[in-house]
Amino acid sequence: MSPGLYAPHSLRNAVIRFAGNSQDGIQSIGGFLARLAGRTAQEVMTYMTIPSTISGGPSIFQVHIGSGEVLHAGDEADVLVAFYQHSYDSHLGALRDGGVCLYDSGEVKEVRHERGIKHIGIPFTAATVEAVGGSTRDRGKNMFVLGLVCAVFNLDKEKLIGIVSRQFGKKDESVLRNAMLAFDAGFAYEVGDLERFAFEHGEAGDGHRISTDGNQMLTAGLIAAGVRYGAAYPITPWSSIMESLRAELPKYGGIYVQAEDELAAVSMTLGAAFAGHLAVTGSAGPGLSLKMEALSYASMAELPIIVINVQRGGPSTGLPTSVEQSDLMQAIYGSHGDCPRIVLAPQDVEDCFYIALEAGRLARKYSCPVIILSDQALSSRIEAFAEPDLDVHWVEPHIDLSTRREDYRPYPLDRTTQHAPPGSRMSSGKYPVISGLEHDEWGHPSGSPKMHSQMTGKRRQKLIDAAAEFPLPKVHGHQEGDVLIVGWGSTYGPIKESADRLPAEGFKVGALHLRHLHPLPNGLETIFNRYEHIVVVEMNDYGAYGYGQMATLLRARYCNPAIKSLCKTDGLAFRIREIVTGVEKHLAGAG
Amino acid sequence: MSTVLPSATVTEPEDRLTKKALTADHPTWCPGCGDFAVLNIFYRVLEKLQYPHEKIVCVAGIGCSSRFPYFMNTHGIHFIHGRALPLATGISLSRPDVHVFVFGGDGDGFSIGGNHLNHAARKNVKLTYVIMDNFVYGLTKKQTSPTSPIGFKSKTDPTGSVDRPINPMKQLLASGATFIARTHAAQVKHMEQVFERAILHDGFSVVECLSECVMFYAGAFDDSTPRKGGTFETVDETQHDVTDEGAAFKLAENLAPGKFGVYYQVQRPTKNDLEQKWITETQAKIGGASQKDLLRKRLEAMR
Repeated sequence: MSPGLYAPHSLRNAVIRFAGNSQDGIQSIGGFLARLAGRTAQEVMTYMTIPSTISGGPSIFQVHIGSGEVLHAGDEADVLVAFYQHSYDSHLGALRDGGVCLYDSGEVKEVRHERGIKHIGIPFTAATVEAVGGSTRDRGKNMFVLGLVCAVFNLDKEKLIGIVSRQFGKKDESVLRNAMLAFDAGFAYEVGDLERFAFEHGEAGDGHRISTDGNQMLTAGLIAAGVRYGAAYPITPWSSIMESLRAELPKYGGIYVQAEDELAAVSMTLGAAFAGHLAVTGSAGPGLSLKMEALSYASMAELPIIVINVQRGGPSTGLPTSVEQSDLMQAIYGSHGDCPRIVLAPQDVEDCFYIALEAGRLARKYSCPVIILSDQALSSRIEAFAEPDLDVHWVEPHIDLSTRREDYRPYPLDRTTQHAPPGSRMSSGKYPVISGLEHDEWGHPSGSPKMHSQMTGKRRQKLIDAAAEFPLPKVHGHQEGDVLIVGWGSTYGPIKESADRLPAEGFKVGALHLRHLHPLPNGLETIFNRYEHIVVVEMNDYGAYGYGQMATLLRARYCNPAIKSLCKTDGLAFRIREIVTGVEKHLAGAG
Repeated sequence: MSTVLPSATVTEPEDRLTKKALTADHPTWCPGCGDFAVLNIFYRVLEKLQYPHEKIVCVAGIGCSSRFPYFMNTHGIHFIHGRALPLATGISLSRPDVHVFVFGGDGDGFSIGGNHLNHAARKNVKLTYVIMDNFVYGLTKKQTSPTSPIGFKSKTDPTGSVDRPINPMKQLLASGATFIARTHAAQVKHMEQVFERAILHDGFSVVECLSECVMFYAGAFDDSTPRKGGTFETVDETQHDVTDEGAAFKLAENLAPGKFGVYYQVQRPTKNDLEQKWITETQAKIGGASQKDLLRKRLEAMR
């Protein structure tokens, strides 16, 4: 039956899961779809798993496209595209009842007819080889599948081809030609009696929308914040930020250095900070551990520095390509001594841009380390959102080499330190030494008990001042009631969605998301006091006392016994039903 | 450059850099420590070179000799153990207008910071590094150092050190440093000449300066101290080709007491210049777009 005989079935949301091997290029077609969604005023969130093996291995890419707000990557798929028998076997369970499974009939030999799932076997590989010809073997079957999906979902073919062309246009002409041959073959393939779908139109807002991942938005945010220098060492899932900075900063007159190790990376970055620049280093958890001594120094010496930690599963080498939020305590307290620093966490891909800007402003204002806790999920997932307005969000790099006044002191007790970099003349004729030893106001080493207490207080004051300026986060949903779900970082979307679903069970539910993790904004207790239960949702362990890392901090800070934990450590992002079920258990008193 | 930096200005006569202007806190070193002489000679060389006062930066890690920045009235930074070189790398690469000097001991240079020495050297980062080598850990009161000779009795080797010590000259030659010299704190004239040549070298220049710890390893350098019966033999550059790496390795074979002077010096592009070249070429390619427009274009490509 030809597809034209069916009127397309209108839908607001669809979750498509591509399951294959990492070398099949499913990430790139997922990326094309995500970008298309952004261009057609739809919302999108993607989710992928990458094997941590060097080359190849099973991999998935899931795209959740919607005409309304998309807050998560989807608990279950509406459509599964299986490239191999192992892909089919592993992911059929992720397909919803009555969903559609498109599979490569040349690879998948055994299908299970269950739960009303519609199976459609298509020879992806054979059809691609036939379309492209020559010795291409099965390369290009991802493009065949993209064509197929484009037809099934009535996607904007012209826009999609535009996106594909721009990507492949950078390469050899024949690459694009073969890609398009495979795409067209997929688009024209007769899929039989499969119903066709069409997305409702999204609400196009003013201005342009962009689609990208969290690491790219952190990079852009750092550049907009005025960062032009820094150094790092490669580690998953941080590396793509340093690769981008290394390639991009020379355009802006800056330098990003690949250091010999994590210790050198943070030290070089502090060197650039001492030299008067806003500089950034970053890593994943293991690398952050290695940077800890130098970060304690930065607190003591009062140098501004931005440190990004793209968290992954730990401890130790752990799960390099999985997600976890288990570095919170390390970020706040992970150095020797009382060493105040600010810790922030972006809530989604868009927020990565704005959090980087804020980190830059805070580092400069308080002359201290600012740590950004991103995570593996944010680093790799693609979302669509409004393009940032650089006329509003742009900081021109500036280095203050003005001659310092006669009374300049590097470490004044009565105000916040403002570092005088080399090149600044000193009217007093006395030049400052920046020191990691406890020191007096002029930077001279001092072991005086009184001075240590006073200087500790001076450094502590930065956190007190920062807490006072941080905005109190707004509660989503019920402003008082049965339960407040609290989260931080990449769980923002799933928590918000869960809070929207729970009232259907008759509960009054609010959701609160923290972007400022340390210090916490003033006044949170007034929000907590309005709920009977407070459930802190985190991707880390319950620990010896039954509470996750943020929950532990909140309990210590507010002494509120209503604060409880919902934690998990499977290395995967929270699903909506995991949060909903977990919160219901707490409400039933079994949490 | 992303930031417009004032170019190095000619020093006005009233700003003449004197030893007095360069002197800060009184050194906390023990009486008789070799490091006093190093400090005095460094003042003298800076007096001669007359760099603008505010453009001089002294960097150090941890150790007795690493207290150096506190005794210099210049912009200074006293960092953590072993990481002075990467910190100095960050300063040097991001501020081509300043002169970066790094001071440290054998622990900082050859033990806890050993890896950084290799990489700063191979990258040929523009800075001068003086390793004040006393063959012992002095600040922590007599433990074995990576340059302590076999048999040296310390608190960590009460029956005598058993580990083969590092040969500093061979280590530095293998690292890829472009200026390598050896001098002696008791030979102030020699030290002055070597420091000046090191500072004027365009690239990573490193000087090992034997500097006696009178508290914990008195007499360590008697064999190279004439008034104690030793011989102070200098490198004869009419016989030794400083650009010949093989000859330099040969010269480094026996350092007890060995020869003093420049072992090796070659010209190789600095990392500073290579990075700047990349910046210049990249910016030439993109034309005169403003920085804000550059980022705007990057965001537009994500539409």
